[in-house]
Amino acid sequence: MTDTAPLLTARGLVREFTLRGRAGAFGRRPVLRAVDGVDLDLYPGETLALVGESGSGKSTTARLAARLLDTSAGTVEFEGEDVTRRTGAALHRFRSGVQVVFQDPYSSLNPRHTVERIVTAPLTYQGREVPGGARAFTRALLERVGLDPDHSTRYPAQFSGGQAQRIGIARALAVGPKVVICDEAVSALDVSVQAQVINLLRRLQREEGLSYLFIAHDLAVVRQLADRVAVMHQGKVVESGDRDAVFGAPEHEYTRTLLAAVPRIRPEWEAARRARQREREATA
Amino acid sequence: MTTPLLEVQDLTIAFPTPGGGSAEVVSELGFALPPGGSLGIVGESGSGKSMTSLAVMGLLPKGARLAGRIRLAGEDIAGLPDRRMRAIRGDRIAMVFQDPLSSLNPYYAVGFQIEEAYRAHRPRATRREARRVAVEAMERVHIPDAARRAGHYPHQFSGGMRQRVMIAIALSTEPDLLIADEPTTALDVTVQAQILALLREIRRDTGTGLVLITHDLAVVSEMVDDVVVMRAGRCVEHAPVARLFSDPQHAYTRALLDAVPRLDDEVGELRTVRAAAPDTPREGER
Repeated sequence: MTDTAPLLTARGLVREFTLRGRAGAFGRRPVLRAVDGVDLDLYPGETLALVGESGSGKSTTARLAARLLDTSAGTVEFEGEDVTRRTGAALHRFRSGVQVVFQDPYSSLNPRHTVERIVTAPLTYQGREVPGGARAFTRALLERVGLDPDHSTRYPAQFSGGQAQRIGIARALAVGPKVVICDEAVSALDVSVQAQVINLLRRLQREEGLSYLFIAHDLAVVRQLADRVAVMHQGKVVESGDRDAVFGAPEHEYTRTLLAAVPRIRPEWEAARRARQREREATA
Repeated sequence: MTTPLLEVQDLTIAFPTPGGGSAEVVSELGFALPPGGSLGIVGESGSGKSMTSLAVMGLLPKGARLAGRIRLAGEDIAGLPDRRMRAIRGDRIAMVFQDPLSSLNPYYAVGFQIEEAYRAHRPRATRREARRVAVEAMERVHIPDAARRAGHYPHQFSGGMRQRVMIAIALSTEPDLLIADEPTTALDVTVQAQILALLREIRRDTGTGLVLITHDLAVVSEMVDDVVVMRAGRCVEHAPVARLFSDPQHAYTRALLDAVPRLDDEVGELRTVRAAAPDTPREGER
């Protein structure tokens, strides 16, 4: 994977937020450095997971990489071009390559717009024509994400949480991106629905060669999806590497603490259950 | 046989629907908890697990219709008048919710809020005694520097520390039964581990009975003796924890366990609940 060039690169990303409140010495307001010198490389066709607890800076990093938030320092490159300060039509070109799926499908979909209007919106904003007309385009998109094409004229409230998240994914795919940034995209879903959406993301990656920057706090989900993992803590990446290395032999103290804290079903119960399951499947 | 601490029989909860009909959110649910025992209720959203806990606390929303029996140490408390339920709630049964910030009053110091909760059930207690109980409760949940922290306001505490304050309030009256409804769902994983350890420690030291409501199968597997799996208002399986996780009987339980992503697992296609239990039509989803 390393002999190809990365699609999306971040170098020395810094983001500071000025805190409200009284100015201190010399009239300076207190500053929070949410992201503190983060480097990332996302290669074609891979999933890079960014994990950490709340306040670690992982979501801010995602927003900087997606150019939804301006950097205080550092650069974002897409396909070898610096996009850190892009605006207007040039920023639109970047957005055609990099899209975002958010955590809460209901609050990220306009409740007063039909599915058709929602998923074609990115093309409309970029002033691009909808290939083959909005109706046919939407039907094809819905099919790709496992939704009924006949539901193009429905509103977000008429869908379950898992379905609404599929609409969010369809909207991200509308512009034909190479990179999809998933910011806690499966965190709000029930376990059964979550499994379906994870499988959908995997299938799309397999079939269309998408790259994912996957932001999550749930380490078990990351274990199932990621090729590589970067662990964030207090604005910095404290450890990164191949999934199995990070999960199997974590080097940083914080990674070890994080992994040890994950609740687990006892392995002996799991083994017994699997053995019974195999027996049932063999006799069936 | 000793009288169960909590016994729920044929519990049915329904809400009127606009068309004049009614919708059952919990149907014919039954379980029993021995004194000092622990029970987990797991299910996905809409399974009726939280409605069940609200029914036990006598906190069902207005308009809810309740049938069946809820016995606390032999006494039927289902549908008890508000005034009598208030005497039980917060005293013999205490509850910890998911979101500590919305359960605490932002305008009062946390120590005062623990004192108030205590004095509501111990009207003869003096201010000084209530203050002592509050600080002791905060020490018991390992809030460092409890005497000083008692004077601080909720926003001055982290999420985990706030949940400790909620547990301190719950424990201040030494309840027989603690109902914890998704107590760690809003917390980071390292903080979750600390709160779960605290709940285990409290059970060991005080013998308080625990009903733990959660969507998280791994959490429930670490915390309780018995598990009830709920789906669409019904109990689909009720078993001791070891048996439920090593030999699940119901197809839904099996499917649920298959769908949980795991840390130490071979990576492959996750089985989905739908595949194993085809009787969940969800409009339009394929």
